[in-house]
Amino acid sequence: MMLKKTATLLAALSLALPFAVTPSPAFAAETTAQATAPDALVKDISTQVLDTLRNSPEIRAGDSGKAAELIQTIVLPHFDFVRMTRLAVGKNWRSATPEQQQELTGLFRDLLVRTYSNALTQYRDQTLEVKPARAGAAADIMQVPTEIVQSGAQPVAVEYVLQKQGDEWKVFDIVVMGTSLVINYRNTFEQKISQAGIDGLIQSLKNQEFKPDATGSTAK
Amino acid sequence: MFRTLSRSCLPALCALAVVLTGCASTPANTPDNASASSVVVHPGDPWEQTNRAIFRFNQNLDEAVLLPLAKGYKAITPQPVRIAVRNWFNNLDDLWIGFNSMLQGKFANGVNDWARFIFNSTLGLGGFIDIASPGGMPKHDEDFGQTLAVWGVGEGPFVMLPLFGPSTLRDAGALPVDLAASPLWFVDDTWPLTILHFVHARSELIGTEDLLRQATFDEYAYMRDFYLQQRRYKVSDGQATQSYDDLYDELND
Repeated sequence: MMLKKTATLLAALSLALPFAVTPSPAFAAETTAQATAPDALVKDISTQVLDTLRNSPEIRAGDSGKAAELIQTIVLPHFDFVRMTRLAVGKNWRSATPEQQQELTGLFRDLLVRTYSNALTQYRDQTLEVKPARAGAAADIMQVPTEIVQSGAQPVAVEYVLQKQGDEWKVFDIVVMGTSLVINYRNTFEQKISQAGIDGLIQSLKNQEFKPDATGSTAK
Repeated sequence: MFRTLSRSCLPALCALAVVLTGCASTPANTPDNASASSVVVHPGDPWEQTNRAIFRFNQNLDEAVLLPLAKGYKAITPQPVRIAVRNWFNNLDDLWIGFNSMLQGKFANGVNDWARFIFNSTLGLGGFIDIASPGGMPKHDEDFGQTLAVWGVGEGPFVMLPLFGPSTLRDAGALPVDLAASPLWFVDDTWPLTILHFVHARSELIGTEDLLRQATFDEYAYMRDFYLQQRRYKVSDGQATQSYDDLYDELND
């Protein structure tokens, strides 16, 4: 039973980011003129992602390289990775030098891209329902609740948190079943920093890149 | 045989659950003494070393037994069959889910859950088809641990259970009750079906072990923190979400 719950949340996890982040180039161009409402943005993005996934047997067959390409070229501009990294690192962010902050941001971005391009290959038959955006705690922050619907299972709540920057809305957090995918790293990062300093965290994130994936089974 | 076993064990299991969860009510959510030490200790995880050892055990067990079984199962069953299997187990679960909804005072939900069971068991051809969900009766997610939480039992420390994975002391105490309440005890093929249940559940998770491995250099901590947060979210039926005060403090400084 516990196993099943873990199944649901991990399935949600594997779908959360990919759904958030794949507008078409045409759409991206459109937003420069005037900011699209955040819920319209999420809806349009998720429609594009689902269409792409349904028409890409390569990605569904496990080609994470192709999925990564998709994310790299189209998705990245719509995320604020500096803000995300800052949230993940927490109070230690301010004790990092600008160089360390830059390095952390790049490594954390790569980590998320690697993870979720692999997750994209897990897509099967789920659909996404986007609900009206609601106000966040600040005037320039909006939260867009969505539900991932899968036959025979309880819908999974995924909320996107966006901030307006100039005339664009940028995603800086994704909350799956009440759990921030970004803040979920904070304990891990704080523990690493308390043991090995900020450079220790940077090294761990670098090592992560060379961890065996897929069938390479032995973790660590 | 197993049926009689489960009947006679039930009172004992209930007692165990009460003892464990009774202990659980004190140490929940006391985030002091963590900052005193130079190394950050997770306040909700005082048994971290043991938990990590069990986590490694689970990963090895998974790699050696569960994952190969799940892959084999997935290879020999067409997807429509697996969906039917999923629906069938989910349908049986609705009985206990409905009971817990009732115990938590959510009577409309409880009626919904039991109505789901009735519709799916009949019109849904014995539970192989979930006609209740598209028919406007949503699936809920309840268990005895959530019921105890609604009754005021604190979650207690984080616990990594062998085989069952992440839990809290409260939920670990409630697990035997959930297991004892399984309708599978009432059929003759209890153990084959229980094994099928596990293998099927694992098959739905194929790929997520890689996701977890890639997502972090500390899989244990990632899973623990995710579990604890989403568990609180479930207990509150979606009201308790990530603390945003903290989030916006970070943004504003």
